[in-house]
Amino acid sequence: MAPSAQPTLDTSPQVSDEIRQTTCYMCACRCGINVHMKDGKVKYIEGNKDHPVNKGVLCAKGSAGIMQHYSPARLQAPMKRVGERGAGEFETISWEEAFEIATGLLAPIRENAPEKLAFFTGRDQSQSMTGWWAQAYGTPNYAAHGGFCSVNMATAGIYTMGGAFWEFGAPDWERAKLFMIFGVAEDHDSNPIKMGMGRLKERGAKIIGVNPIRTGYNAIADEWVGITPGTDGLFILALIHELLKAGKIDLEYLQRYTNAPYLVNSDPKSPEFGLFLRDKNDKPLVLNRKTGKPVAFDKPNVKADMAGTYKLKGISHRPVFQILAEKYLTDAHAPEAVAEQTGISAERIKRIAVELAHVAFEEEITIDQPWTDWKGEKHDKMIGRPVAFHAMRGISAHSNGFQTCRALHLLQILLGSVEVPGGFRFKPTYPKPVEAHPKPHCKVTPGAPLNGPHLGYVRGPEDLCLADDGSAVRIDKAFTWENPMSAHGLMHMVISNAHAGDPYKIDTLFMYMANMSWNSSMNSTKVMDMLTDKDANGNYVIPNIIYSDAYSSEMVAFADLILPDTTYLERHDCISLLDRPICEADALADSIRWPVVEPDRDVRCFQSVLIELGARLGLPGMVNEDGSAKFEDYADYIQNHERRPGVGPLAGFRGKDGKGKGRGEPNPNQIQAYIDNGGFWIDHIPKEAAFFKPWNKAYQDWAVERGIYDAPQPYLFQLYVEPLRKFQLAAEGHGDIQPPDRLREQIKATMDPLPIWYKPFEENIVDLEEFPLHALTQRPAAMYHSWGSQNAWLRQIHGTNPLYVSGDIFAEHGFSDGDWAWLTSRHGKIKVPVVKMDALNAKTVWTWNAIGKRSGAWALDEKAPEAQKGFLLNHLISELLPPKEDGMRWSNSDPITGQAAWFDLRVKIERADAGDQTAQPHTKPQKSPVGRGPKNISYGEEF
Amino acid sequence: MTALPNSTDKKLGLVIDLDTCVGCHACVISCKEWNTSNYGAPLSDMDAYGAEPDGTFLNRVHTFEAKAPEKPAQIVHFPKSCLHCEDAPCVTVCPTGASYKRTEDGIVLVNEADCMGCGLCAWACPYGAREMDKAEGVMKKCTLCVDRIYNENIPEEDRVPSCVKTCPAGARHFGDFADPESNVSILSAARGGIALMEDQGTKPVNRYLPPRPKADVTGTSQIDIPNPFLEPTPQKAGGFLGWLDNALEKI
Amino acid sequence: MHPAPSVIIFTSLSGLGFGLLAWLGFGYPNVTGMTAFIFFFIAYALAVGGLISSTFHLGTPKNAIKAFSQWRTSWLSREGVMSIVSLLVIAVYAIGVIFFNQRWQIFGWLGSVFSLITIYTTSMIYGQMKTVPRWYMGLTPVLFLLYSLAGGALLAAQVLPAALLLVALTIVQYFSWHIGDGAFKQAGHTIETATGLGNLGKVRLLESPHSSPNYLMKEMVHVVGRKHAQKLRMIAIVLLGMVPALILLLAPANHMLVGVAVLSHLIGLFAARWLFFAEAEHVVGLYYDKR
Ligand SMILES: Nc1nc2c(c(=O)[nH]1)N[C@H]1C(S)=C(S)[C@@H](COP(=O)(O)OP(=O)(O)OC[C@H]3O[C@@H](n4cnc5c(=O)[nH]c(N)nc54)[C@H](O)[C@@H]3O)O[C@H]1N2
Ligand SMILES: Nc1nc2c(c(=O)[nH]1)N[C@H]1C(S)=C(S)[C@@H](COP(=O)(O)OP(=O)(O)OC[C@H]3O[C@@H](n4cnc5c(=O)[nH]c(N)nc54)[C@H](O)[C@@H]3O)O[C@H]1N2
Ligand code: SF4
Ligand code: SF4
Ligand code: SF4
Ligand code: SF4
Ligand code: SF4
Ligand SMILES: [Mo]
Repeated sequence: MAPSAQPTLDTSPQVSDEIRQTTCYMCACRCGINVHMKDGKVKYIEGNKDHPVNKGVLCAKGSAGIMQHYSPARLQAPMKRVGERGAGEFETISWEEAFEIATGLLAPIRENAPEKLAFFTGRDQSQSMTGWWAQAYGTPNYAAHGGFCSVNMATAGIYTMGGAFWEFGAPDWERAKLFMIFGVAEDHDSNPIKMGMGRLKERGAKIIGVNPIRTGYNAIADEWVGITPGTDGLFILALIHELLKAGKIDLEYLQRYTNAPYLVNSDPKSPEFGLFLRDKNDKPLVLNRKTGKPVAFDKPNVKADMAGTYKLKGISHRPVFQILAEKYLTDAHAPEAVAEQTGISAERIKRIAVELAHVAFEEEITIDQPWTDWKGEKHDKMIGRPVAFHAMRGISAHSNGFQTCRALHLLQILLGSVEVPGGFRFKPTYPKPVEAHPKPHCKVTPGAPLNGPHLGYVRGPEDLCLADDGSAVRIDKAFTWENPMSAHGLMHMVISNAHAGDPYKIDTLFMYMANMSWNSSMNSTKVMDMLTDKDANGNYVIPNIIYSDAYSSEMVAFADLILPDTTYLERHDCISLLDRPICEADALADSIRWPVVEPDRDVRCFQSVLIELGARLGLPGMVNEDGSAKFEDYADYIQNHERRPGVGPLAGFRGKDGKGKGRGEPNPNQIQAYIDNGGFWIDHIPKEAAFFKPWNKAYQDWAVERGIYDAPQPYLFQLYVEPLRKFQLAAEGHGDIQPPDRLREQIKATMDPLPIWYKPFEENIVDLEEFPLHALTQRPAAMYHSWGSQNAWLRQIHGTNPLYVSGDIFAEHGFSDGDWAWLTSRHGKIKVPVVKMDALNAKTVWTWNAIGKRSGAWALDEKAPEAQKGFLLNHLISELLPPKEDGMRWSNSDPITGQAAWFDLRVKIERADAGDQTAQPHTKPQKSPVGRGPKNISYGEEF
Repeated sequence: MTALPNSTDKKLGLVIDLDTCVGCHACVISCKEWNTSNYGAPLSDMDAYGAEPDGTFLNRVHTFEAKAPEKPAQIVHFPKSCLHCEDAPCVTVCPTGASYKRTEDGIVLVNEADCMGCGLCAWACPYGAREMDKAEGVMKKCTLCVDRIYNENIPEEDRVPSCVKTCPAGARHFGDFADPESNVSILSAARGGIALMEDQGTKPVNRYLPPRPKADVTGTSQIDIPNPFLEPTPQKAGGFLGWLDNALEKI
Repeated sequence: MHPAPSVIIFTSLSGLGFGLLAWLGFGYPNVTGMTAFIFFFIAYALAVGGLISSTFHLGTPKNAIKAFSQWRTSWLSREGVMSIVSLLVIAVYAIGVIFFNQRWQIFGWLGSVFSLITIYTTSMIYGQMKTVPRWYMGLTPVLFLLYSLAGGALLAAQVLPAALLLVALTIVQYFSWHIGDGAFKQAGHTIETATGLGNLGKVRLLESPHSSPNYLMKEMVHVVGRKHAQKLRMIAIVLLGMVPALILLLAPANHMLVGVAVLSHLIGLFAARWLFFAEAEHVVGLYYDKR
């Protein structure tokens, strides 16, 4: 047959009948998606190329959305538990019965003791709404998952510079020439980081990856720094030491935009030692170089001095910068002093410092764009230092994480590379100084709302959430002396504290979207015991558990009442500026989800359920005067709720005419306007306002116009964080509000107003000879925590997770691939398969996070590899530190923010008999309330 | 039909940049998704929720570790799909004529209506680019998204393979290697694109851009810095504070 | 390569069948009538049975008919065509000797030559696979032809030729193992050349593309233990040629023993054929760091 007999192909088949544009929720990155519909069914999901977050790209999870949407693990209807907790035996009930059970529990609690409800909402993207509900209900016990996630990063960023990496800012991908990325495997900004790194590569910019493990982003970095876990603070402070020593810092930037010139009380005997010198308007003072006299920091046309001593009433005051320079110029911070601990040679630290300095100062970039600063001074161009940084949980999830994150911000600021071209840029609604955030509120009045928002930023001891006797008001002990700046709460402590009745017992645990019996808890085995534990009378120690999930997760088995949620393609949602925005550095943006398909099961959008529950409970804001429900459902709330007059959940298309940006009356067609616009709204920042945002008049005015704040909020970066010092001062015995004695030393040692490094707590506790190794987890790009395993496509990529062991240790123990090992921590012991890896810090072992599954969960076969060979490190991590002399329960968290210290874990490894090749511990299977998935599938058959 | 065309008008194919690929598997799943509901039979998953799931994929990403003595080891993520070889052995072995290489653009395809599922073409492919679908019993392979790249129902700028469109890092490029001026030809020439297993005589069209040298392995920085640059501040009178005073004066 | 039973049975039996047909077509043994029928029946049963068995591993057998179309390029297609042609041509000869006591010798000779060509085409299905260096060598067709001729001779009760061919087969089999063992290395394929990453150092697979196994690994990457293979080789080489050859040389008249020789050869044949597949390393294994 001749080649001309080549079959004729239809190369232009109809892709779909219709495209519906909404927002992905296969993870929290919130990319825009085009959902192709054929015959009323979802056929193909691709990235929306107009969308600000992903610009058309999509990750593996996003593309696998179809399989999630059709997952056999989807819950089908409300259920109440009929068997023992943990067994997974349920009876299907109606929504009416579900509401009756829920109100039956919640109404009396609200009338008598609202704090007996603990409402925690996990991986929530509607925190402004769930928080509002919790506030109206009146319990102080509300938070989302930030406490075990990355609160160190968020808090250090906010206190230092009014915004954090996380999703609140981004490197200037288009202009940076040198990019350093610390401790990131995947990030919340999954796609944008990949896109950004791709852009850097295209432009030939240099990438330095600082990470004990060389996978993913670190694999493509031009230079890999395989740092010893927990020592980044030392490394960063050594870089700072070098830069200071050589004078390679941006003095003008420091002088203008930071509190480097603030005068600090330097008299150790003064009760105000370490606090700023202020004028009678409470404004911090700086030294005027010309006159040698102190003036308010914001006085125009003053050149402030950065060294010198100012004496007032016999008390000497010195500028922040001088204190800072003296601190970091000591030999203790020299590269030679930290080389061994960090595992990075002194020469290399010096060379990296040279590269940073060179690119920042010799490769300076300028944009010909005049702008005016907050003091009214005009600048004819924008000067940029093209070194950019990014970091995430690798530096955040340690007990020294807050200070390490602070150290990194200090480095950025010393180089003058924040909010400048080529550096790190904030995404609106950030930057926002601490002062623009609420303080925490915890005043409980039975039958009435809480006195204000739960979460916030404390400015000093007076803002802590303490009862009169000094005990914690909140069940998670957030905002106490143990972790004063716990701005996101401590979700990881809720079950453990509730079980221990410390600080008190609760009645009902109400949770949403958090697999707390499994991968989001430390100490998973014991947590399951706590959830099933009964008192002497045979009643559960935690009496009632209500849980909303969309899938048959591990946590479902432990709840008494299940409120089944819709999948992300079946519901309304809003990704609001009141929450974690999807903005870009150059634009304000928010977005929605909407039901591109209707649910085919008896399930409801959780937020709608919450609104109905609120109405049934008669919560203020959720009912009309006549007691009828104020909002029909979540969609109604999204369109009509106003947080402040003219400001609501969605910023776009406001007002009756749909033309309002940021501000305006509710628009009854707002959601439709979003749908017509591709599921999102975007509003670009004027060029003049694009950089120097905290100090840029044009930006400040624009932000007020858009409703980001009600008045301009210019502020300076806080190299020296005074609130930290206030806690230290209290610990030193000053002031009325005093910490318990047992915590004094810890507060003094850790809450330094200038970044410091101290050993991760675990290292003081365990015998380092006995537990010589660091054990870490990383997010796999193609799996989202626990919820990807139900996905037939993704689970083929990550169905098991070996422990990767560094070559040296592998050889030392005589392992070969396919062997098994016992991994032991101070707290527990697990059996795992091992694989050798050389591109790894020699003292480190690691595995992919959350691949191990409980047998019977997620509608998988009980013999699924996830349950046989897959494992969690969580069993090895205790939520508590070992009891100290005082016998008190100390949480395994950062002492400043309460951030769970996942990565402090120390272990030892030993060969294990492969035996039946199953990972240990093996939790007893749970029954599946949704049956098992089908045997073979051919998705796409019907098209 | 299993005779290879003497030449093809275009040589469409991919450039895969190993220096940029972060191993995210986005291309793997996007490919699976597009191809399960478009060209030919759906890509099945056997025992999808069971103990041994085993599905058909047209693109898979391997992760390699490379180590030279006394140097830190490196990781390379390595996506692999059909390379649309000019001398495609998978085509000539096919007894039914189901496998063929298109004369107009060089895309190697399986005409599933003719395939008897003997598996021989998969044996003949050195790269593991063909997978037999267990449910359908026909051979599946990368189609270079032939039903996207010419598809008039898709906006013009999106007429690229699904994997290329989706790749977050921009590590995949699509174009015509027959045209020396095309994006892929230029990129491949500039970065020393390599063909895989050339000694197999398959003449692959796709090219892989090798990872750039790493500073921690080669001991050289990419940033060119005159030495000495990071001298301590001029140790004039007053040391650091003296320098500071001077420097502030200049602002 | 995955040693699929259907393929082992197919190549073994059809090889024997066509080998026997080749002898019969040349007139060895010179039989007619019922005896001829029995001989031809066995030969056809083996050849056709083998061919039928080969369809068991097809994903879509209904398209098997199309396999005759690509004889210009495809060895598998050629094999299909040649086997049908051989079977048809020799059928004419068989009909002659069975029913008409006639030797239409031209059909016999042609059929025999075609049968040998069929065997050659079968061998080239494997021998052409550059991806499997152990197969990609001149010895592969020689080996296949020897297998068929020796086995055919054995079945055709051609004592001396069988004995000699069996000895030759044993020797060639030994050498093809010996050469085959070095073939992969000889071909120069390594994980470094396969990935093009050799300039970075020694390459190893850190993470498989999927944690679950896939078609490629199941089909192309079969790892046999060295010890196990050595044992099987010993068994194969003894049973395949040595035992039958000895029996033929020492007790050619003992039907019982000749039966044992045939059985021994069959077992040896299956063992060797299992090894032929199981030991064959496909270059794709390099990407999985397994061979
Ligand atoms: N060892 C170790 N443990 C860790 C970490 C680590 O690095 N190492 N990381 C920690 C961090 S940062 C985090 S954030 C946590 C995350 O851990 P979790 O917060 O538990 O997150 P997921 O496993 O994603 O699951 C949340 C639950 O949400 C459910 N869900 C999914 N979609 C929906 C929906 O649409 N509606 C509803 N109602 N429910 C839904 C899922 O079924 C699942 O049960 O893990 C923590 N645990
Ligand atoms: N695909 C996918 N994306 C996700 C998630 C997911 O489950 N899957 N989860 C989302 C969530 S909830 C979160 S919080 C983010 C988290 O995103 P990441 O911050 O990227 O979180 P991890 O995967 O925990 O990665 C931590 C990294 O820090 C490194 N590391 C650990 N200790 C140290 C150290 O001491 N120093 C340094 N320099 N590095 C260290 C680890 O090796 C690892 O690479 O990802 C989000 N995005
Ligand atoms: S990163 Fe992936 S999973 Fe997350 S929202 Fe974007 S496309 Fe969806
Ligand atoms: S999508 Fe791009 S970056 Fe991700 S694995 Fe594929 S080629 Fe690599
Ligand atoms: S890569 Fe394999 S399947 Fe693709 S054309 Fe080349 S030989 Fe054929
Ligand atoms: S499996 Fe199909 S395409 Fe491949 S060689 Fe056989 S018939 Fe041809
Ligand atoms: S070109 Fe199309 S078929 Fe080929 S790997 Fe990419 S997405 Fe898959
Ligand atoms: Mo997280």
